[in-house]
Amino acid sequence: MRAFRPVSVLVLAGAAFVLAGCAYKPIEPWVKPYERERLADPVMKASLNELPGRQQDHVYTVREGSRGATGVQGGGCGCN
Amino acid sequence: MAAIKNAATVAGLVGGAIVSGSVHAVDLPEDRAETMYHLYDGGGVIAQGPAVLVRKSMLDRVALSGSYYVDAVSNASIDVVTTASKYKETRDQGEIGLDYVVRDSLIHVSGSRSVEPDYQASTLSVDLTQDVFGGMTTVTMGYSRAHDKVGQHGTPGWIDTARHWQYRLGVTQILTPRWTASANLESINDDGYLGSPYRLARVFGTYVHENDPRTRESKALKLSTTGDITPEGADNRRAFRADYRYYWDTWGIRGHTLELGYNRNLAPGWLLESFVRYYRQNHALFYSDNAPQQTLYVTRNRELSTMHDFGPGASVSYTLRSVPGKYDVKLSATYQFIDFHYADYTDARTGKPYSYKASVMNTVLSATF
Repeated sequence: MRAFRPVSVLVLAGAAFVLAGCAYKPIEPWVKPYERERLADPVMKASLNELPGRQQDHVYTVREGSRGATGVQGGGCGCN
Repeated sequence: MAAIKNAATVAGLVGGAIVSGSVHAVDLPEDRAETMYHLYDGGGVIAQGPAVLVRKSMLDRVALSGSYYVDAVSNASIDVVTTASKYKETRDQGEIGLDYVVRDSLIHVSGSRSVEPDYQASTLSVDLTQDVFGGMTTVTMGYSRAHDKVGQHGTPGWIDTARHWQYRLGVTQILTPRWTASANLESINDDGYLGSPYRLARVFGTYVHENDPRTRESKALKLSTTGDITPEGADNRRAFRADYRYYWDTWGIRGHTLELGYNRNLAPGWLLESFVRYYRQNHALFYSDNAPQQTLYVTRNRELSTMHDFGPGASVSYTLRSVPGKYDVKLSATYQFIDFHYADYTDARTGKPYSYKASVMNTVLSATF
């Protein structure tokens, strides 16, 4: 008979722990809407305006090999 | 095939995330108008022009938006002046978008078109935003499809085409009343002509036309956190932001981007946004400054070389007029400095590794209403 590997035991124990937690005490949202006033402040945004992000994204995309995951949606460009 | 597999993976992940939490109504993006003048000056290239954006909601369910962006480019960059002659051209880009709230989701659909004398790109995008887990988690997913026509000065019509597929998946999580974290993954796949008909490579010291592979698959994962770091009792709000992006693709490029930001209200009506950004990458598999052997694919595009850039930036905004609950008008100015360094791209004029400094500037008049 094949012996259980320690990793398998840990995964099973972890799954049992998570499932037990789900069954008896579901995780509730712990930051209520009335506690999110600070998060909505303009100072929390990376940029106040939308157009500068397009300029910046274009500057990087044309000059660097990396692209994507910037959160800025742009159209294609020749970038020749 | 890879595109279908990616779409299925994204749909599965998002579907799982959506059904696992309780839903919370999402809001339409705010009504706003922006006009911008932008300028880039560096490495012999000056790109400048106006841009405008307008978005207006209707019936609390729909928002229509439109934008127009002009890039007037005067190009005398190093690869242009050493292998060709400088030129001027203009790129015009228009975009229209529709945001629609349906049940507890925000759907964004947009189409854009970018036109240059020798290049045209058309893009269609669909994005979905959904709040889950009592509004503490926001899940986004998106898909874009683009089709480009590639031309060459002096040759009538188009010489080739390129197609692009983009898949986006993002999660933003509220951690505490002061901190949020997010993860964004984007996969971009290209097929077609991906080089430049003007760019030359160097093989045995002789200039030849570059030849890039006709397919490219890339992925980028960006992790971000933003926090309110205002001391208790202080009047002026302060925020800190840290972003890290890891990029990898089938051309062998691995890129790292690190950006740190610090924003604060300076006085009533005044906002300072500041950041510092560092980027580095290794070169593509087929990149060579001067190839020692003949290969099928070869390029000397410095965008694909081993390089890094670094620079700080800052933006100051002032509220010109504000009527709470009705409208406000702001004026902003931004300046960014970028220092580019290339490890394996030689300046043919000096024989040394190439480097240059650039300035990125813009000024924006914006209104929310």
